[in-house]
Amino acid sequence: MKESGRRNFLKSAAALGAAIPAGAAAQSKPAPHADHEKQHAQHMRAATAAAQQRPNMFLSQTEVAFLDAAVSHLIPKDELGPGAKEAGVTSFIDQQLFGGYGTMAKKYTQGPWPEGTPQQGYQSPLTPAAVYRAGIRDTNNYCLKTYGKSFDALSRAQQDEVLKALDGGKIELEQVRAQFFFNMLLANTVEGFFADPVYGGNRAKAGWKLVGFPGVAAVYTTFIEKHGVPYRAQPVSIADITQKVAQVDEHGHAIHVMLDDKAGV
Amino acid sequence: MATKLKPVDVVTVGVGLTGTILAKELADSGLKVVGLERGRWRDTDPDFAMPGAHDELKYVRRHELMQDLSKETLTFRNAMSETALPMRQLGSFLPGEGVGGAAVHWGGLTWRFLPWDFETKSRTLARYGKNQAAEDCTMQDWGVSYDELEPHFDRFEYLYGISGKAGNLQGKIISGGNPFEGPRSREYPNPPLKTAYSSALFAKAAQAMGYRPFPVPTGANSRPYKNEYGATIAACVYCGYCQFFGCEMGAKASPQTAVLPALMQNKNFELRTLCNVVKVNLDSEKKRAVSVTYVDSRGREFEQPADLVLLTSYVLNNTRLMLLSGIGKPYDPVANTGVVGRNYAYQTPSSVTLFFEDKNFNSFMGAGGLGLAIDEFNGDNFDHSGLGFIGGGFMQAGSNGARPIEVRPVPQGTPRWGSEWKKAVARYFNRSFSITIQGACQSYRTNYLDLDPTYRDAYGLPLLRMTFDRHENETKMSVWLTNKAAEIAKTIGPAKMNVSPRTGKYTIVPYQSTHNTGGAVMGADPQTSAVNKYLQSWDVPNVFVVGASAFPQNGGYNPTGTVGALTFQALEAIKTRYLKRPGALA
Repeated sequence: MKESGRRNFLKSAAALGAAIPAGAAAQSKPAPHADHEKQHAQHMRAATAAAQQRPNMFLSQTEVAFLDAAVSHLIPKDELGPGAKEAGVTSFIDQQLFGGYGTMAKKYTQGPWPEGTPQQGYQSPLTPAAVYRAGIRDTNNYCLKTYGKSFDALSRAQQDEVLKALDGGKIELEQVRAQFFFNMLLANTVEGFFADPVYGGNRAKAGWKLVGFPGVAAVYTTFIEKHGVPYRAQPVSIADITQKVAQVDEHGHAIHVMLDDKAGV
Repeated sequence: MATKLKPVDVVTVGVGLTGTILAKELADSGLKVVGLERGRWRDTDPDFAMPGAHDELKYVRRHELMQDLSKETLTFRNAMSETALPMRQLGSFLPGEGVGGAAVHWGGLTWRFLPWDFETKSRTLARYGKNQAAEDCTMQDWGVSYDELEPHFDRFEYLYGISGKAGNLQGKIISGGNPFEGPRSREYPNPPLKTAYSSALFAKAAQAMGYRPFPVPTGANSRPYKNEYGATIAACVYCGYCQFFGCEMGAKASPQTAVLPALMQNKNFELRTLCNVVKVNLDSEKKRAVSVTYVDSRGREFEQPADLVLLTSYVLNNTRLMLLSGIGKPYDPVANTGVVGRNYAYQTPSSVTLFFEDKNFNSFMGAGGLGLAIDEFNGDNFDHSGLGFIGGGFMQAGSNGARPIEVRPVPQGTPRWGSEWKKAVARYFNRSFSITIQGACQSYRTNYLDLDPTYRDAYGLPLLRMTFDRHENETKMSVWLTNKAAEIAKTIGPAKMNVSPRTGKYTIVPYQSTHNTGGAVMGADPQTSAVNKYLQSWDVPNVFVVGASAFPQNGGYNPTGTVGALTFQALEAIKTRYLKRPGALA
């Protein structure tokens, strides 16, 4: 393999790689010699593994077990590729709950909090972080009572049954409305599956690859007029650009590496 | 205790689309202008710089550019019989916060309302009689005609460098443009954007049915453009991160790209950011504004005296500040008296989504306003006899940049989660598009804004209370319009189709449109309007209230073009008449 070809290959491999935690990458020092890129790729694999084992900031181990099990039903691993669990959605939710989203930093939190009508939306005195804490505890209690086991220890079929009951409001939870908790979990799971990997989910850009979304955009001025011609590119994340594993044009748009696939429309 | 500052000539409350234009023009004429903005300074670089600009979670779901509700929100209820509760998180609409306001994250569509829109009431009565609109419908004429506003539309379009195609040049119908628009004095300053695949399919089908498609006019610019202030707006690259985002290219017309470069150089203008105006102070007779009180980011309270106070914040805050300050008589829906808060209206958006097995649209590409539209079913462009409603909306298909957290259409009947959902999302993300309809919304006696009796903002002041629901007119209109779109959609031959008219109660939860209107409406009669045709308060003539708060009801278009025209309408009156002889203009 020629040097330039090899470089492109490694760049692509890294770009396809995964969520690269900003902290881990910041510590990487460029190697001065010719094996720089090989080392870089190795480093990225190690960083990916580290990200997958990143300790949680908010969630307890019990909660992690619950969420790993729950999100694997919402977006399952199947013949189309990884599901929410493999894509790191639990880790995404952990980071979101610890941060401004979980604490309602930009939301109105003053009472009183009557439940209101469905048209009036979110009226809980609980922050999203507190909703998860209460919802997971209550659902596990329900599972213990009904099946004698916590949610994560149930069979796949039983887990599915519980999630459908939460979705349909068929379970009365103690501290939060079942559907309120379920809808939040579903919305955050979808977010974590499709958000830029910088937030800890969408690992290896699993969500973007699934739908054919290129992530950080290129300039499409020419391609917008190629009617009916699918644009298939290796997705590029924000970190790919800040870590310089993806190339950019003068305005900072990604220069996409096109996928050489012969798939039809 | 507020620190009293040195008087200035003009204060703008809010430094967004309307505030920047007024500040620029008045500072140029030699007046000392202070712009007070509750949010922070924002500019193309570094605030919208790559690659961070392309972050869907941050901008679309965590609302980086939008109002911080922890400090101030509003309360909402569908009807007077309910207790209004706070909008705790953003949903249905997304007011901006910070310099540039919502014109930073807007979608760019820049329409002129139809001549009919400005005379909704008189033309409806003339054509259909008094039974066409519901009894409690409070539609009214604007007190200004399209012809009077034409020069101001023109000025705004040339300032913002709008890309489009004229359909009516001085009365002559031009092929390829919108034949229903009011006569315009000249062509758009820039040619239309390129055509996306979905638009081409829609236009072909519409044309075959006898409709006349044309490019949506947009502030996502088709080529680099230098405006009258010497600001250069760049060319759009169709990256698909447009509405909800700031533009990294500086290619979306906004205060940042069109006005601020010049305004910030003007020594007569002073911008104060992170300064929240809590009140306009009136003299003892409540006939004259003497100053505004604001709180800065260090908690200090200031009183800024000014000869002229321009309320140039969003619709909702313009109205709230009038209510908090006692400018004009608050509207009372029971007694049907007063004007401030009256005629709050919204938009009635709906859609038809087409799913294909054999066509790929690269749906993630595009720009705000990249689309081809038809206007056959807008305003009174069609005969409403026997239909039981008034109004309509434009419909369009285009490519506005689908991103998978927010836009991942699946056919009706697909489960909400699980393997089947995943398959449908994967299948149709790039194999679907929507025909969207911008349905109008009339005003009604029981849809209004006032102050909430219970909930307060971070400064201890009452929140605005919104009482709003959709009425039968809007539901009937939406069903009818959406079926018209479905007829066109069918001829394109999709494998599946979702037909989604807007029906049922209005809910504040899902995003619908940041096209809130009314609350401080304009008109010829002080009994039914808060401001005159120049956007000047009837009661306090040195206060002008500028924005879509002046719309007596909402039309079937995005509002920004008309907001721009009203801004220049107010400006002309201030410059040529008010400053020479301060006082009531009408």
